[in-house]
Amino acid sequence: MINPVPPAAIFIIAALLVPLFKGRWKSAYMLLIPVVGFINLISIPEGTHWVVRFLDYDLVLGRMDRLSIIFGYIFHIISFIAILYALHVKDDVQNVAGLIYAGSALGVVFSGDLFSFFVFWEMLTISSIFLIWARRTRAAMGAGFRYLLVHAAGGLCLLAGIVLYVNQTGSIEFGYIGLSGLSSYLIFFGFGVNCAWPFLHPWLSDAYPEATITGTIFLSAFTTKCAVYALARAFPGTEALIWIGAAMAGFPIFFAVIENDLRRVLAYSLINQVGFMVVGIGIGTHLAINGAVAHAFNDILFKALLFMSMGAVMYRTGKINGTALGGLYRTMPLTCLFCIVGAASISAFPLFSGFVSKSMVMSAAGDGHMRVVWFILLFASAGVFHHAGIKIPFFAFFSHDSGMRPKEAPLHMLLAMGIAAFLCIFIGSFPGPLYSMLPYPVDYVPYTIPHIVGQTQLLFFSALAFTLLMLAGIYPGEQRCVNLDADWFYRKGSRLFYLIMDKGLNSLNKVSDRIFVGGLAGFFGYISKRGPEILTLGALTPLWGITGAKGKELKDKIETTRTALHTHTSPIGISAALATVFLVVIFLLR
Amino acid sequence: MKNKRNTSKRGNTKNEKEKNPKSKEYLFDKPRNVKILFRSFYSALLVLLAIEFFIHKHPHFAWEEWPEFYAIYGFVACVVLVLVSKYILRPLVKRREDYYD
Repeated sequence: MINPVPPAAIFIIAALLVPLFKGRWKSAYMLLIPVVGFINLISIPEGTHWVVRFLDYDLVLGRMDRLSIIFGYIFHIISFIAILYALHVKDDVQNVAGLIYAGSALGVVFSGDLFSFFVFWEMLTISSIFLIWARRTRAAMGAGFRYLLVHAAGGLCLLAGIVLYVNQTGSIEFGYIGLSGLSSYLIFFGFGVNCAWPFLHPWLSDAYPEATITGTIFLSAFTTKCAVYALARAFPGTEALIWIGAAMAGFPIFFAVIENDLRRVLAYSLINQVGFMVVGIGIGTHLAINGAVAHAFNDILFKALLFMSMGAVMYRTGKINGTALGGLYRTMPLTCLFCIVGAASISAFPLFSGFVSKSMVMSAAGDGHMRVVWFILLFASAGVFHHAGIKIPFFAFFSHDSGMRPKEAPLHMLLAMGIAAFLCIFIGSFPGPLYSMLPYPVDYVPYTIPHIVGQTQLLFFSALAFTLLMLAGIYPGEQRCVNLDADWFYRKGSRLFYLIMDKGLNSLNKVSDRIFVGGLAGFFGYISKRGPEILTLGALTPLWGITGAKGKELKDKIETTRTALHTHTSPIGISAALATVFLVVIFLLR
Repeated sequence: MKNKRNTSKRGNTKNEKEKNPKSKEYLFDKPRNVKILFRSFYSALLVLLAIEFFIHKHPHFAWEEWPEFYAIYGFVACVVLVLVSKYILRPLVKRREDYYD
């Protein structure tokens, strides 16, 4: 048996060899990577591994505990699914970037120290950006740059926090941090950027729908879930997170209802689902943390499934706007079916995966008697069914007939969606295996009759509301438009910034130019040119006046002296006098 | 899952059929199937409303014991969601597609 290696290393090293393979060998090789990685992962015992001495600190590349291992499992599973889904992609930039991205995510969850954690955290940003740019459209380039800027700012904030924190505590161990003092707030905020907190979120709804069809599957899985992991590790039980999470669960659904780009609808529902996890981490009880982690596990699967089904539609039709799609169930029945499984899972229908994890967070909120939060989460549950559960399948596959009759998705895409759909139903029907992997022992029974009935009532009557609003023509029709979001502040705000910089700095330049270049330089030039003349004539003219020189004679004397000074042929006496004056001035100034 | 398909009623392609009589007929192209779907959806709603009175609840909050709490909340929540999105949010944030260009 070969000794296990750090899970991140397998993906990152293997990624660099991808361009060496061609055709079927490349497909086989890429599919093998997560399989080998998974075998490696299960052969690593719990505990701390691969401690590397660096300067005065210990870097830990393998902290295997129950919190990190479950993220390791799901990251391997989703990597396999995403690679399978992307088998048709010939573009090595995407293939390599996707694998390095997955490897970085594994690096983040298994890092036991803040230094290697930060390095992998930044690698997440760098590698993921190529999945956006690889679309090679103007919109994707723009969104990619905005994504990069936001994450660079968040990363710097995190780095500043880490430096301060290590300075204060003298240890680089990555464990519970808690909110106390500037350093922890900076780290908290740095995590928040990747977690897509309200107002920090637009990088997600802006960039994910602009990424490539296959890139979005990778993107939807890793960045936000790494942030959820980091929050669960460092800030469990932080009350602020309850309210941040509730806001995340609530506001995106309003945007999702009026959004036309169906992948952007999913991006909003991604924020909404991460909101449930953040609430769970904020509550911080064992049930809540378990719920948050289980929901992260499930969300990776059903969100990827939904993105894959929309990706397949986009792959076959080249369109993704609700206005352009419709009626595709006719020729893409399997994609439609998988999409409905994903929709049922995210909506938490009984027997689908969302049901067994979302309710853990709801129960934890109920146990803590958090009325307002509970009501917001229930609203978010109904709302997510509304926009992700009904709107996505309905507008893509049913609704009006777009007249398009595209072919069914390619086989490898169907297989990838099939695996994800199977797992969604399996986990929903048999939650035992998932529960047994959670960080804390699980004492929670999802399938009680009141829970099943209550949840089904909630969903069915949400569906009734949708049906009636649709029949009455009140439901907001899809429209071709842009909806403003918090990214307005830096997309339009950047122009204001530019204007301020333009008017502010450029007018400062102008004033400086006038004073220093036009004014002072001319003045000094004049002084150095005319100085000796002014001094000499200033001293001599009164003297000549006393000695009786007048009129033309005086003028001649002045003119002769001036010419002499200009041509540097002044009499020795005058030069000597000027030199003496100059020396006296220097002496006095000394 | 039924309720998700029920909404496809409006997706009927009668018009298309008139235009192109040769086009193949699919599941929800037949009005009868849509009718069946709707009927089963509405009966499911009635069953869900009725079943409530036969179960014993053990709620976290008092209001969970109110009759049909979840059904009413789900319905009202979604109507509010749609109305707020359509009449408040959309006028505030909607811009032309080339707004940022």
